[in-house]
Amino acid sequence: MANVTLRNVRKTYPGGFEAIKGVDVDVGDGQFCVLVGPSGCGKSTLLRMVAGLETVTGGEIDIGGRIVNGIEPADRDIAMVFQNYALYPHMSVYNNMAYGLRNRGMAETEIRTRVDEAARILELTSMLERKPRQLSGGQRQRVAMGRAIVRQPKVFLFDEPLSNLDAKLRIAMRVEIRKLQRRLNTTSIYVTHDQLEAMTLADILVVMNGGQVEQVGNPLAIYERPATTFVASFIGAPPMNLMSTRPEEIRSQLAGSAAADAGILGIRPEDFVITDQTPAGGVALPLTVEAIERVGAETFVYGCREQEEQHVAATPGELPPGEIIVRIPGTDAPAIGAKIRVAAVRNKLHLFSGDGRKRLEA
Amino acid sequence: MVEEEGFRRYVAHIILWIGIAIVAFPVYIAIIASTQENALIANGQMSLLPGGHFLQTYYQTIFVGTSGSTREPVGNMMLNSLVMALMIAVGKIAISIISAYAIVYFRFPFRMPIFWLIFITLMLPVEVRIYPTYKIVADLHMLDSYAGLALPLIASATATLLFRQFFMTVPDELLEASRIDGAGPLRFFWDTLLPLSRTNMAALFVILFILGWNQYLWPLLITTRDDMQTIQIGIRKMITTTDALTEWPIVMATAVLAMLPPVFVVIVMQKLFVRGLVETEK
Repeated sequence: MANVTLRNVRKTYPGGFEAIKGVDVDVGDGQFCVLVGPSGCGKSTLLRMVAGLETVTGGEIDIGGRIVNGIEPADRDIAMVFQNYALYPHMSVYNNMAYGLRNRGMAETEIRTRVDEAARILELTSMLERKPRQLSGGQRQRVAMGRAIVRQPKVFLFDEPLSNLDAKLRIAMRVEIRKLQRRLNTTSIYVTHDQLEAMTLADILVVMNGGQVEQVGNPLAIYERPATTFVASFIGAPPMNLMSTRPEEIRSQLAGSAAADAGILGIRPEDFVITDQTPAGGVALPLTVEAIERVGAETFVYGCREQEEQHVAATPGELPPGEIIVRIPGTDAPAIGAKIRVAAVRNKLHLFSGDGRKRLEA
Repeated sequence: MVEEEGFRRYVAHIILWIGIAIVAFPVYIAIIASTQENALIANGQMSLLPGGHFLQTYYQTIFVGTSGSTREPVGNMMLNSLVMALMIAVGKIAISIISAYAIVYFRFPFRMPIFWLIFITLMLPVEVRIYPTYKIVADLHMLDSYAGLALPLIASATATLLFRQFFMTVPDELLEASRIDGAGPLRFFWDTLLPLSRTNMAALFVILFILGWNQYLWPLLITTRDDMQTIQIGIRKMITTTDALTEWPIVMATAVLAMLPPVFVVIVMQKLFVRGLVETEK
């Protein structure tokens, strides 16, 4: 059990490339911290630095009150689950889990107790003598978890552990990982590029972009109050609709607000309603329906704003300029080509500065 | 694989059988000749059916040798060849797996130049560097010794390259998992890399054993004592006799005996050998 504290952590590669540009994160004892961001944002590098697999070129990493910058991975009291599981292919499941304990010189009876206990928790008892290649993807994943559990480390590190599984199994394993972490109450750091995984697992969510932390906090708080347009469009699916407030059509509706001039307006797809009325202080937009996606419980309406507008800062998952997604419950949707009006109420509007780096209060 | 039907399948099989016959017939002749009397062979009246001298000929070949001046029992020659082939195969695997490990997993100064130095030896087989190599072996007083026979052939890059290629396909995460599990470089090598290389080592062993067993030029140069002769040299010496008739049954028996160890190695290690060449799942 331990806190993990990162203080102004930096990583510069010998070639001069700065992968991590000063990160401060504080993960409390027993908390589940998720690092999320697009590929190349440095989240895996940061995790590997905590594990000791990458050197730290600046700042401090503190695990349980001990600065671990110069300490070997094996002595940091951590356990890691890799994306491709990294099981030893020639060892049985039992030996895969026991290997690390043997290297520490633990007594064989103690090893057996721990492995049996982990196998029981993970329902691997009947497979202990098998080789990894005789297991399915989900089972291998559980062995990798088992290898981490038997060490009883202070911190679990997960490097995209679910991305090699199929969609259904991924959801099942996600729930299992969360339950297991609650039960063992071990501080965990989890890296993923899947914002849904991040939202569902995290106690603390760290959104990263370009080697920097964009926002840290409770996942729902981040969802409700994204600090930048990057976070706004990365967290939540489909992404938040972002549009410039410069066109007269929007500016006039936002009169009196801080972002009325040269700002960016964001509205989540689920916050729109199709209506002819304009709520007081809210925003209404006329749209031409271009496409409809029915997924059963809800329907996504893709509409085009009549007035072409200038491009808003490019971020992953962003919509083409002028396109708006509206999410409505049920399967009742307007016909393609229909002209509709959508509106959102005042407290559902997100306002950002023109460069998208700062959230403004409405 | 395409499953052929009816007539075409028979044609394919007939062609295969013809091929087998062409390859196997000389071997058959050698076996038959080794059971016949020398006089019959020398007269050109050899039958294609086995003769009655099997036990006698092989006993003489293995334990006594030819009756000519260079009599040396073939049993001893086989022992020499075996020791040389095993030393080459085992020595080369041992040295090259270690050097490949160093080159792939460690960052040390002049790593790439060293790799290229090893690589360049590919262009310098024993035949090319034969004079300097002979000089070195002679200066080290290793003429007429097993070390002299094997060492110069151990030093070459093929196996190092093969292991390097294999190590580069081993996922980095395995090394990282080992580090987290508290295994140092030696532990990782011994507990993870060696077991994973098992099939590659077996495939290499088969190739190197046969390579070593079939060496001709180098043993011819550095062995002068009869009791250090290898079997390949022995056969050659038996055929050219100046003062007597070539003893063909014994020559043929020696040839058959010379074939056996490689055949044995291939049969025993066939499964591992094939897996070593085709296996992709790590």
